[in-house]
Amino acid sequence: MVEITIRKRPQTEAVITQRKFFKKTARGKVVKVLRERYLRDDVGCGIESCRECTSSDGELLPAAGDLTHQLFPNGHFILPDTNVFLSQMDLLESDLFRSPIILLQTVLEEVRHRSLPLYNRLKALTKSEDKRIWTFYNEYRSETAIIREEGETPNDRNDRGIRNATAWYNTHISLTHPPIRGQTQAALPTVVLMTEDAANRQKAEQAGISCTPVRKYVEGMKNATQLLDLLSASGSDNIEPTQAASGRQMLYPEYLPSATLIAGVKAGQLHQGHFNPNPYNYLEGSVSVSAFSKAILLVGRENMNRAVQGDVIVVEVFDEKEWKAPADEVIDAETTLKNDDAEDSGEEGDENGEEVMAEESRILRSEAQAAASERQPTGRVVGVIKRNWRAYVCHIDTTSLTSTLTTSLSTQTVFATPVSRLLPRIRLRTRQAPSLLNQKILVTIDRWDTTSRYPEGHFVRTLGQVESKEAEQESLLLEFEVPYRPFGKAILDCLPLEGDQWVVPPKGVGDLSNVWRDREDLRDLIVCSIDPPGCQDIDDALHARLLPNGNIEAGVHIADVSHFVLPDNPMDSEAAARGTTVYLVDNRIDMLPSLLGTNLCSLRPFVERLSFSSIWELTPDADIVNVRFTKSVIKSKAAFTYEEAQIRKDDPHLQDELTQSIRLLNSLAIKLKAKRMAAGALNLASPEVKIHLDSAESSEPIDVEQKELRETNSLVEEFMLLANVSVARKIEESFPQTAVLRRHLPPPKTNFEKLQDILRKTKGLTLDVSSSGALAASLDKCIDATEPAFNTLVRIMATRCMLSAEYFCSGSVARDTFGHYGLASDIYTHFTSPIRRYADVLVHRQLSAAIGFTSLHPSLHSKSHVEKILDVVNRRHRMAQMASRASVEFYVGLALKGRGEASRSRGDGEVREEAFVIRTFRNGVGVFVSKLGIEGLVTFKRDIQFDADNYTITVPGSASAAGSGGDVKISVFDKVVVQIEVEKDKNTQRGKVRMTLIEPVESRAL
Amino acid sequence: MSSRIEILNAGGYRSDGRRQYELRTISIDLSPRGSGADGSATLSHGLTQVSVCVFGPREAKMRSQTFHDRANINVEIGIAAFSSSERRKRGRGDKRVLELSHTLKATFEPVIQTSLYPRSQIDIYIQVLQQDGGLLQACVNATTLALINAGIPLYDFVCAVTGGVHSTSPLLDLTLLEENDLPNVTVAVMPRTGKVALVTMETRLHVDRFEEIFRLAGEAGKVIHGEMKRAVKERTQDLVNAMQSVGKAAGTEVVDEY
Repeated sequence: MVEITIRKRPQTEAVITQRKFFKKTARGKVVKVLRERYLRDDVGCGIESCRECTSSDGELLPAAGDLTHQLFPNGHFILPDTNVFLSQMDLLESDLFRSPIILLQTVLEEVRHRSLPLYNRLKALTKSEDKRIWTFYNEYRSETAIIREEGETPNDRNDRGIRNATAWYNTHISLTHPPIRGQTQAALPTVVLMTEDAANRQKAEQAGISCTPVRKYVEGMKNATQLLDLLSASGSDNIEPTQAASGRQMLYPEYLPSATLIAGVKAGQLHQGHFNPNPYNYLEGSVSVSAFSKAILLVGRENMNRAVQGDVIVVEVFDEKEWKAPADEVIDAETTLKNDDAEDSGEEGDENGEEVMAEESRILRSEAQAAASERQPTGRVVGVIKRNWRAYVCHIDTTSLTSTLTTSLSTQTVFATPVSRLLPRIRLRTRQAPSLLNQKILVTIDRWDTTSRYPEGHFVRTLGQVESKEAEQESLLLEFEVPYRPFGKAILDCLPLEGDQWVVPPKGVGDLSNVWRDREDLRDLIVCSIDPPGCQDIDDALHARLLPNGNIEAGVHIADVSHFVLPDNPMDSEAAARGTTVYLVDNRIDMLPSLLGTNLCSLRPFVERLSFSSIWELTPDADIVNVRFTKSVIKSKAAFTYEEAQIRKDDPHLQDELTQSIRLLNSLAIKLKAKRMAAGALNLASPEVKIHLDSAESSEPIDVEQKELRETNSLVEEFMLLANVSVARKIEESFPQTAVLRRHLPPPKTNFEKLQDILRKTKGLTLDVSSSGALAASLDKCIDATEPAFNTLVRIMATRCMLSAEYFCSGSVARDTFGHYGLASDIYTHFTSPIRRYADVLVHRQLSAAIGFTSLHPSLHSKSHVEKILDVVNRRHRMAQMASRASVEFYVGLALKGRGEASRSRGDGEVREEAFVIRTFRNGVGVFVSKLGIEGLVTFKRDIQFDADNYTITVPGSASAAGSGGDVKISVFDKVVVQIEVEKDKNTQRGKVRMTLIEPVESRAL
Repeated sequence: MSSRIEILNAGGYRSDGRRQYELRTISIDLSPRGSGADGSATLSHGLTQVSVCVFGPREAKMRSQTFHDRANINVEIGIAAFSSSERRKRGRGDKRVLELSHTLKATFEPVIQTSLYPRSQIDIYIQVLQQDGGLLQACVNATTLALINAGIPLYDFVCAVTGGVHSTSPLLDLTLLEENDLPNVTVAVMPRTGKVALVTMETRLHVDRFEEIFRLAGEAGKVIHGEMKRAVKERTQDLVNAMQSVGKAAGTEVVDEY
């Protein structure tokens, strides 16, 4: 049993054992706090073979101290003050810095108050094996405990406490090492006060305490040359002592009143747009506005003025001479701000905050020089029209925690780091911080005050363990705002009463609900569908046959979703809100209830299904003779995968009708494609990969491979395009005001400037962007004979320069902007996938009205209503794309991890892949691994030469580990080999793909 | 900045310089207080201070509240507005205060030999003067002392101590700071018999930790018992001394008179 004792604290000593102070609460009330303190004589000094102090726990400091320093031949211990730890942590962390350190409790607590991240580093330091640090609890030792005197600042009090403790240590050493008679007195080691504060040193010297500034001390050390590099610059400055909180400092300018904003935007002095942060650099963002061809650049925290990704903001543009070029350096918030403190960052004019500011302004300054040609309009945010804050998926930053004990019930202020790099860290107060570590959590932003560097938010709920599939998937859906709740009862009530027993009623008398009215009976047509493997929602089927006059009849049959989804019922509004089906690697979030999507609407083989058909008469040269649209009933004869259809087509032994019709379709598709290409359609590329899943249940990704494209893919694509174009013409003609169309605006030429420049300088190639046809032609010429993948790479990069296609209402834009740039078509819409896209449902309704099948629902006559729906659909469409991309990325990450582990266990080392350089930065390169479809960043810690004009970096030969001697030059489009690892970020628990260069230079050492 | 204080630092010290199993300083004052209280005690654990006055056994003010076979115990608690750092007035009907007084009543009912005083009432008035954690513990200990001081027969002392757990390390006699942060349990023991008079907990505590803390708090109760007993003995000694001196003085007078 442990010994339980009562500590006595005589009333007579209350002066030094009791402490009274006033505290201002969060509500602004002033309260008096009284604390007691028990002073003791058994606090150990931590020096080996000390007669008086018997401390069992912890590693003791050597009795003689450190004997290697020039200035202190008799041995010494160093006793650094708070500022040394705050500013020179890198030095103290160095392996070469091995002096025994006495760490005072006063110092430790002050570090803790000033910066928790630094405190956590310091604690790790005290625990590390190869450091000799003894923590001396001076505030609890009766000789060294002091109290604050009248008129003394807390800082002065602490300095005095540190000096007192140093003096005590020196007397303590001399008392516990008395001269032994008959022996000469061995020289005693000294305890040296290490401080940068000149005034403090002066006082110490007066009291006979030996002291030293950091630089002077390091200069006298054995490894001075290496260690001097680690001294931080601020170490030479005179650090001001902490002021008591001097009121809250404004960190951001106030917003203008909203009336001024609106007036300013109207007058054209101010510009309105969506805030778009730079993922590579947290201090930079941009806003695209119509008034400038280039986006307006926002540089620095004050100019971004609390805008968060997606906010609708108003910006003021600076004078042209203040315009800047976007930064070419990768600036990671995590590394720059790692020592920032959750509790008081930005709350007070604290020193830590100033350091952050100084650091940031240094970064910004270094960016300032740039060629005038690259300059972009630059401005600042003066107001926010609409915040688009929502719940963000975050991780708790471990280092911002005061206590990581799960038993702790105290409220803590911590940082939540959003998964998305585009968002700032969010500060939140929570009682359950320790239990939230390693969890994905949902956090919403509540406000962002001018006095606070970070937005404040609150915890919503946890999504689950980091890296668990459920949590990752849900977080993905939340992150991209995909509505994924199961369909409600009201929605399911809109389904046919028969459920999956529903069939097309027999023609004639049995057709009670009049399904056959005006429907063509196409059940005898040889119709088949061609889809990717495992496709359940089959929304298109095709047929073709020779006509007696030598022409060909081709038909595209689309699932008749509008027969089931009637306007203005709960199912319709839910589908409109969802906008699109979202495909994730291992899941699908349906737009329509699965009874419709995968069964009643799906054009499955061998069952009668309702469809909406578009039937052309084409000449053998694929010229359209005429086209008609009709509602119909079909009975598909087969459901092929692309591969099956391809095999069937290529098999010369098969001569049945089905195969014939596929061949016919194919021959037409080839001609259609050729025509489209001739008209200037672009053949773009996007990095698409396919994830192999182990089995449906475990869904462990096995491997990643690039998607293969077959002739039959192109077959289906051509006919879908043909149908879409024909339908678009028809509905535009019938409803010129409200037709639902899709367009792809030509990209502004400036978007291509950089790519053109890179191509010219590195490969001597030119890109003609005057029209889509010209671009297509010049893209075809971008060939590197030695590198077949080069063309694809250029196409991917060109695709990124373009705008994205969008739905629009024909009445709301000018007729000459209807065109689809990528397809080189003057009009286009989406008609062919009504099961998974809501726009197609609208198009079906309009087409059905255009052919007189039904009357048009009144809502589709209203331009504003159509616009409103299409706005939502456009946004959902974009989000869905991003979500599926992110899902693929996550699985690629998992696959990489698995592959890495496998190859490690085989002893092959890490995963290595070939990659292309796609961007160069001042301190690194961006690479693209085409085999995996992922992009990565390789950063160099050491200096490299960066040539912004020629898009090259040069790694000096001496710096490269290989020691090959010569400089290594890497430019954009160079092929390199990278090593890919997946590592967990220490603070956020976010899985991060880390790439390091292997060839031509090893970048690990850099 | 209160959240910035470490409950138990790496050196094994708590925020006030105590180690895990060290109790705060106790001071006990048994001198009479109040107007005509039969017994009183002022006790402080560190910066928590309560003063208890005991009246009775006496005739009940309301007959309806009496029992025919034993004495009724009535506990009333007043918490001074200035007792905590933030001024807060708690009225009579405050739920927290009612709960506390009920707990005390339930604790002492089996300890006081109430059957000796049928149809009477024992009033216990508690004034909380200063709060810094361990309020219940202080109330229990001070009430024990006041009852003893009043000469009311008890089966045993009741000694209470609060125990908490920081991660896996148990702590004893928590300050307010620690109480707010840690799961804690208050245990009152009767040291002579080792019986437990009260166990109460308002936070969640892991079941694996409970036994250890419960036992430690019981042990700590015995340590407090020593201190309380000494105070009672001292007080009694003082009284005896005073009585003897009075007796002597009176005796001489008698001799002189007669």
